[in-house]
Amino acid sequence: MSVAIRVIPCLDVDAGRVVKGINFADLRDAGDPVELAHRYDRAGADELTFLDVTASSGERDTTFDVVARTAEEVFIPLTVGGGVRSLADVGQLLRCGADKASINTAAVNHPPVIDEITSHFGGQVLVLSLDARRAPAGLTRSGFEVTTHGGRKGTGIDAVAWAAEAADRGVGEILLNSIDADGTKDGFDLEMIRAIRAAVRVPLIASGGAGVPAHFPEAVAAGADAVLAASIFHFGPDHALADVKNAIAAAGYPVRHGP
Amino acid sequence: MNRQTHQSRPSVAVLDYGSGNVHSAVRALERAGADVELTAEHDAVLQAAGLVVPGVGAFAAVMRGLQAADGLRLIGRRIAGGRPVLGICVGLQVLFEGSTEHESTEPGMAEWPGTVERLPSEVVPHMGWNTVRAAEGSRLFEGIEDERFYFVHSYAVQQWEFDVNQPRMEAPQVTWAEHGVPFIAAVENGALSATQFHPEKSGDAGAALLANWVKSL
Repeated sequence: MSVAIRVIPCLDVDAGRVVKGINFADLRDAGDPVELAHRYDRAGADELTFLDVTASSGERDTTFDVVARTAEEVFIPLTVGGGVRSLADVGQLLRCGADKASINTAAVNHPPVIDEITSHFGGQVLVLSLDARRAPAGLTRSGFEVTTHGGRKGTGIDAVAWAAEAADRGVGEILLNSIDADGTKDGFDLEMIRAIRAAVRVPLIASGGAGVPAHFPEAVAAGADAVLAASIFHFGPDHALADVKNAIAAAGYPVRHGP
Repeated sequence: MNRQTHQSRPSVAVLDYGSGNVHSAVRALERAGADVELTAEHDAVLQAAGLVVPGVGAFAAVMRGLQAADGLRLIGRRIAGGRPVLGICVGLQVLFEGSTEHESTEPGMAEWPGTVERLPSEVVPHMGWNTVRAAEGSRLFEGIEDERFYFVHSYAVQQWEFDVNQPRMEAPQVTWAEHGVPFIAAVENGALSATQFHPEKSGDAGAALLANWVKSL
């Protein structure tokens, strides 16, 4: 037997509320992250990710409160990303009850922050969130480029080289989000997953492009250890999570069957 | 058993020595039926019916943290007195003799023989839900032998070196898991138990395991 392929729903949280509407049939409050976390836990989610999209720093305390209330009630791992810039930010999230923090732009701008965080808390608490896209010909060696600002800004940095550097600096896993595939529902960017997989030994979470359950085992075959998605779970039927796990299992990969 | 005893919740101290996220452990133990206190206060740690030793981060850092909080002596006193202790994750690892993590020279508590070594697996850390091969007659895994538990670690004890011919000692029960190679997922040794995975993050299966432990207090 071996470790199960993790299926991870991602919730965008703004000032303590889930931003995108969610389609669960009998939710009392579709905007409450804690209630949604409960629902996904019961539906068999292997982990949860909150992406804090709160624009105003004054309202970030509500995020910490949401994290704390979730961690008190839902007993699966919780990752929080969005606005994580420093060792102090990670420390605060962990104290609130997060198990992992994901870092994106701050690490691109100042890579040593990875060493600083992982030497203090261990690599297992830090996820590198890597937003990558296909680069114009000749710009990067691998053909993939790191972006920031949700994919709006190219950096010219080679995405494969950056993944390898971040792993060397100590991140515990990499969340690879394909900016090109994101929102298309045409499937994951398998070529990009293969390229990053070949460069790192840390677990790889694939994200971006999932439209139907059959897309997920393709990402696993390309080298993903975990898959993360939002809309297919939020706007799909209540059994979307089970459907995704069944598709992965049918392709011969181990999954954890939910409660 | 009188009614009063039957209804009371066993007291559990979660050792507070600055180890990462311990809220989940506290809440999960409460849900498992314990009266939980997060503390490093000597009397509370020694007098609780059960002591939980969480552990997140590097082996040497955890040992130093335990040392600074006088945790090593408190754990040792409980073990000597046959008082229940449950180690979690690095809280399991420090019960062995040592670790090769970052060329650590910090010795472990050496309750059990063996060294914690880096997993030679294809993908490390070992992160996620894995199955275990529960020890025969295990109390911790009673009723949940076939469930998956949440692991996150890069180092593990890959050989059980306990001398079964050691006189006057009952052999501990060892539960194994596999990530490329077999490694120790849990040990039950009289009042001293430990898990490499995180029961407090392992959903219903983890809750059942913690309830089995709390019930034994």
